[in-house]
Parts: sequence; structure tokens; C-alpha cells
Amino acid sequence: MREITLSKAVNEAIAEEMRRDPTIFLIGEDVAEAGTPFKVLSGLVEEFGTERVIDTPISEPGFMGVAVGAAMTGSRPIVDLMFGDFLFLVMDQLCNQAAKTHYMSGGKLKVPLVLRTNLGATRRSAAQHSQSLHALVAHIPGLKVAMPSSAYEAKGLMKTAIRDDNPVVIFEDKLMYQEKAPVPEEEYLIPFGQANVVREGRDLTMVATSSMVQVALAAAHALEGEGISVEVIDPRTIVPLDEATILNSVRKTSRAMVIDEGHQSYGITGEIASRIGEKAFYHLDAPVVRMGAMDVPVPFSPALEDLTVPTPEGVAEKARKMLRGELFDGA
Amino acid sequence: MAKAGKTSATAGKAPARKASDNSGAYLRMYRQMLRIRAFEDQANQLYLSAKMPGLTHMYSGQEAVAVGICEALTPEDKITSTHRGHGHCVAKGAEFREMFCELLGKAEGYCRGKGGSMHIADQSNGNLGANAIVGGSMGIATGAALSARRLGRDDVAVCFFGDGATAQGLMYEVMNMAALWKLPVIYACENNGYSEYTKTAEIAAGSLIARAEAFGIEAFSVDGQDVLAVNELAGRLVARARKGEGPFFIELETYRYHGHHVGDINRDYYRSKDEEARWKAERDPITNFARWLVAEGVAAQDELAGMAAEVKADAEAAVAHALEAPYPDVSEVDMHVFVETAA
Ligand SMILES: Cc1ncc(C[n+]2csc(CCOP(=O)(O)OP(=O)(O)O)c2C)c(N)n1
Ligand SMILES: [Mg+2]
Repeated sequence: MREITLSKAVNEAIAEEMRRDPTIFLIGEDVAEAGTPFKVLSGLVEEFGTERVIDTPISEPGFMGVAVGAAMTGSRPIVDLMFGDFLFLVMDQLCNQAAKTHYMSGGKLKVPLVLRTNLGATRRSAAQHSQSLHALVAHIPGLKVAMPSSAYEAKGLMKTAIRDDNPVVIFEDKLMYQEKAPVPEEEYLIPFGQANVVREGRDLTMVATSSMVQVALAAAHALEGEGISVEVIDPRTIVPLDEATILNSVRKTSRAMVIDEGHQSYGITGEIASRIGEKAFYHLDAPVVRMGAMDVPVPFSPALEDLTVPTPEGVAEKARKMLRGELFDGA
Repeated sequence: MAKAGKTSATAGKAPARKASDNSGAYLRMYRQMLRIRAFEDQANQLYLSAKMPGLTHMYSGQEAVAVGICEALTPEDKITSTHRGHGHCVAKGAEFREMFCELLGKAEGYCRGKGGSMHIADQSNGNLGANAIVGGSMGIATGAALSARRLGRDDVAVCFFGDGATAQGLMYEVMNMAALWKLPVIYACENNGYSEYTKTAEIAAGSLIARAEAFGIEAFSVDGQDVLAVNELAGRLVARARKGEGPFFIELETYRYHGHHVGDINRDYYRSKDEEARWKAERDPITNFARWLVAEGVAAQDELAGMAAEVKADAEAAVAHALEAPYPDVSEVDMHVFVETAA
């Protein structure tokens, strides 16, 4: 099968959907001729024109609001938010308007829009261009949240996001844009709320999101040589969350770690860990372990930044301790 | 506050056409203003008699704004409304029953009781919702205009907002885009002199229409108590916006009769009783329009009184219905969080 980059996969997904449905348009900063700073959208304005690939002023709340209004009136906008960190600027339009319109109108209005943005540290971009803020939006009822972990996932999830009638926030890991993976030429969609068992195992379940899937796989590979068999699960969407696949795995392995690049406190790792605790408690041989990003603003210096996110070595070490029973006292 | 600058329409004068040519439209405007006033009188009573959950913001006094503008729109045209949204809702074609049901949180309400006063809207008539975030709907109205243009429809969007909302940054972001892209949107600023308990003069530096003019948007000031002046200006601007000559900005000078919300009773500390009495006596949009209708021979005084009695009876019947109507079933609490249609 051919291999393409994650960037190309996103581009293909959007182009295919825009060919299929003329109500779709793209809106954001430097999305047209520039194709975004990451070049993810290159070539789209040439095919679809500036009426459908719309460059905006640097007005995140403004174009987010415009997209909400367009979505309520028959369009299907894809909003490009250059950095996930800028979510803080669009919070009112996203969380007070888009997320609540369907509910507050008693089901009469809907807001079919996609907000595509990114996450991920270690790009040496410091605290305002490195955050992974998906927990922030996952907290708000009415928003769906997708987290592709490869080029294949990115294409299939993007196409589903575009066809969904709800506001969907999709987080791409900006360090993965140039990573290649096998992606079929034929059309496919990846349904929301269906986790992917990326690797089967017996001793320990690792639930990992976005680029942390690769971190978990690398740790699993290292542990395999030591006789520890790890199952890796990629939820694909954290809203909706495929609890059943996660719980089934944990019931089998009796141990679980949750790995995510958002800050550890009050985040995705805590949410998934507590669901496992509530619903699979009697199957557990150890407390569920959380590994998120450190609770610090992301520092610039490489010597510091690399300490803040989970690594294969760190994950493997935590797993060893867990299997040795060393984590019971909260160490 | 700036009034009637070089780009302003003349306010306060009746248009130079013969009243009898248009009597149907005039009487409809009069009735719609009466309906808003009657709705608010009933809503206020529901609050005072502790039959309504929560608070509500009365539109009484501002009727000529909503009616003058909405009578220039078709059902396909879109509006966005505010926390003070009952007037816009009535003016855009809503029915009393579904509105009172919404106010009381009943299943028959336009939003199945999930929105209440601050989110009330008859969506089937192009009302994209009342909004409890001050200025929160400015992007939505602008986006509706973009959508219409992109999809080849000729509908126009009107964004209603208060003087207080001009302090929100979103307004400047979306007016900029609307002007760059020549969108069919009309920003209708209802300047009632106050945002909450603060005079507009204390929160808004410079002129309001100049804010729009800075983006190259044609801006107008009009007497918001004069339904004919509002309707005449709105009609012209809607027609021009449909032809692609938008966006436009209108400042409508108006006044709210009640407090900021129904519970804002003792308010002399920010607004004098004298001032309130003067507006009611001299500039009431309904009284003044009635006087004009009679003077022009469009209707006799007793016909107008009959219409008022009819509207009041309608409102009372709708309230009685809403008070008896069932609440939503508890199973509805987690319904409509997401659209359920399969992707
Ligand atoms: C973003 C935001 N800030 C504050 C409030 C509280 N609030 C509700 S209405 C209001 C005053 C709005 O004034 P104006 O826009 O002039 O509308 P009016 O009430 O006069 O109709 C305020 C401050 C709010 N709802 N939303
Ligand atoms: Mg005001």
C-alpha cells in the first residue's frame, strides 16, 4: 500500500469531501495561497478557489463565530485554528455558542462544523505554541473530540468529522505532519466512538491518544523483550469514548496505564482512569496509572522541555514498577 | 452620543407617501408592537406572581425597533437576538403560546423548555436564537450572511445588539470581515442609553456609528421610537444588502421602560423616575404611531382600541394555556446534546 504523510492525508480527506459536498468551505488564517504555516492545505485554493478557501484577518473569535453562523444556516465550515493554544481565544464561540446551540434550541438548530487544530510539545516553541488542550473542549457537552494517531487515522477521522452534524474538534499532532503511514487509495471512513486495539497483549493495557500511541507502542516493544505483554488501545475519539473496548481489555489484563499529552491534572488521563476504576475495579491487580504532561507551562529549553512529556523510556519504567507491585504506596 | 451625521437618515418624519396606500402594512406594524407590549406585560406579571422560573429582560419601550426592522424582512431572512429578545422573537413571526411555554420551561416551548427567556426563538422563521452572551451573536449573524452569499441565496441577516455590546471585541472583528467580504448583514444597535446599571456615555468613548464607518461600513442613526422611520430605513438597507451593497450599521435611539431585568425595581440610583416618565409620555412608539394612524385616517381610535383588546385577550389565553401545559418529560434532559443523525 502507498505511504503518505499525515499532512497529505488531512489534505486528501478535505479535498475529497469538498468535491463531494459544495456546502463545505475552509476558513482561517493563511489557509489559501499559503496553505497554512504547516502547508497542510497546499493546493486546495487552486482547486476550490477563494470562495471556498477563505483567508481571514487574525481574528480567531471572529472567524470562529462566523463559522458557527454559517453552520447554522446550511454551510459546513472547516475552521483552521493555526495553533491549539489559540483555543483560549475562541472559547466563547466554541463552547457557549457552537456546543450549546442544538440543545438550547430544543433540537431545532444544528452546528455542523469542524475545528481543526493541533497539539504537541517538543517543537521548541515554548509555552504559547506547545499546549495539548483537548481536555478543555472534551469537558464541554455538545462537542466531539477526535485525536488521530497516524496518517491513516487522520484521513478517516477527518472525513467522519466533516460528515458529522455536530461541532467536532480534531487535534492533529504538529510533530507528526511529516510522518508517513500506509493509507489506501480507496475511500474509507473511521467511525467515531470505536477504539482501535493497536496491539494485543496479556499483562497490561495502555490506553494512549494521538502521538502517545507511538510512545506506548515503543514502550510495549521494549517490554516484550522482558517478557511483559502489553495491549495498546487508541480511543481515536475521546468524545464519544469507546468505554467498552477499554474495559474489556482491562478485564483481560488486570492492569491499566493511561498516556496522554495533555497536562496530567484534571485531564484525559484522570477521566479514563476513573472510569476504569469505577467499572472494572474488581478486575484490577494494581491502581490505574496516569501519565500526562507535567503540570508546568511548556518550557523552551530542550533540556527542560523534554522532561515534560511522556517518553517510551518513562512509560516502560512505570510499567515495570507497576508489574513489580511498586506503585501501590503512591510512589 | 452621535446622532444624524452626514450618513444619517432623517429621523422622526413620516415618509412622503400616502398613508392609505399602505394601510395593511401599517396596521400590521401597529398590531405587532401591541403584541410585544402585551407579551411583556404578561411576562412581567408572571414574574411578579412568582409563576415564572428565573428572571427576564423586558423589551417594552423598544417595540418600534424590532417591528420596524422585522417588517422589512422575509421569513427566510435571518436575525440574531439578545438577552432582551422577546420583542425580536414576536416581530419575526413567533406565536404567543410557544413563547409563553418556553418562558415557563414547558415542553411545547420553541426550545422545548431548554432555552427559556434568554434563548427564546422561533427557529422556523429565521430567528437564529436569543443570546445570553452580550455581543455573542455578532459572529453568528455575520456567518449567516456569508452562508447565504456562498450558497447563492439572497437572504439578509440582521444582528440585533445593545449599546453595551459595542464594547465587545468580537464586533470589530466581524465588522471588519463583513466589510472586506461585502456581506449582506445589517448590524442593528439598539441604543437604549444603558447597559445594565451604567449609562452608555460612561462606557462608550466617541460615536457609535463612527465605529462602523471606520471599516468603510455605511452607518445610519435613526429614531428608534418611530416605527415608520425605522421601517423605511430598514427596507432600503435590506434591499441594498440583497443586491450585494452591504454590510450596514444602524444606531437606533430607544429606551427600555422596565429595569434591566424584571427584578431591577429600585433603580433611581442610576436612572431617574423623571427621565422614565418623560420617555413614556413623549416618545412612546405605540401611542405616537396610534396618533399618526388616526390623523392620517388609516384607522379610527376605536378600531385601534379594539385591536389592543384582542391582542391582550390572545396573550391572556396563551398564558393560561402555558400555565397548564406539561413540563418536558425527564427523559428529555440528555436529549439534543448531540444531533443523532448518523454521519
Ligand atoms: C459577555 C457578557 N458580559 C456580561 C453580561 C451580563 N450582562 C447581561 S445584559 C448586560 C448589559 C447589556 O447592555 P446592552 O448591550 O446595552 O443591552 P440592553 O440590556 O441595554 O438591552 C450585561 C452586562 C453578559 N450576559 N455577557
Ligand atoms: Mg443598552
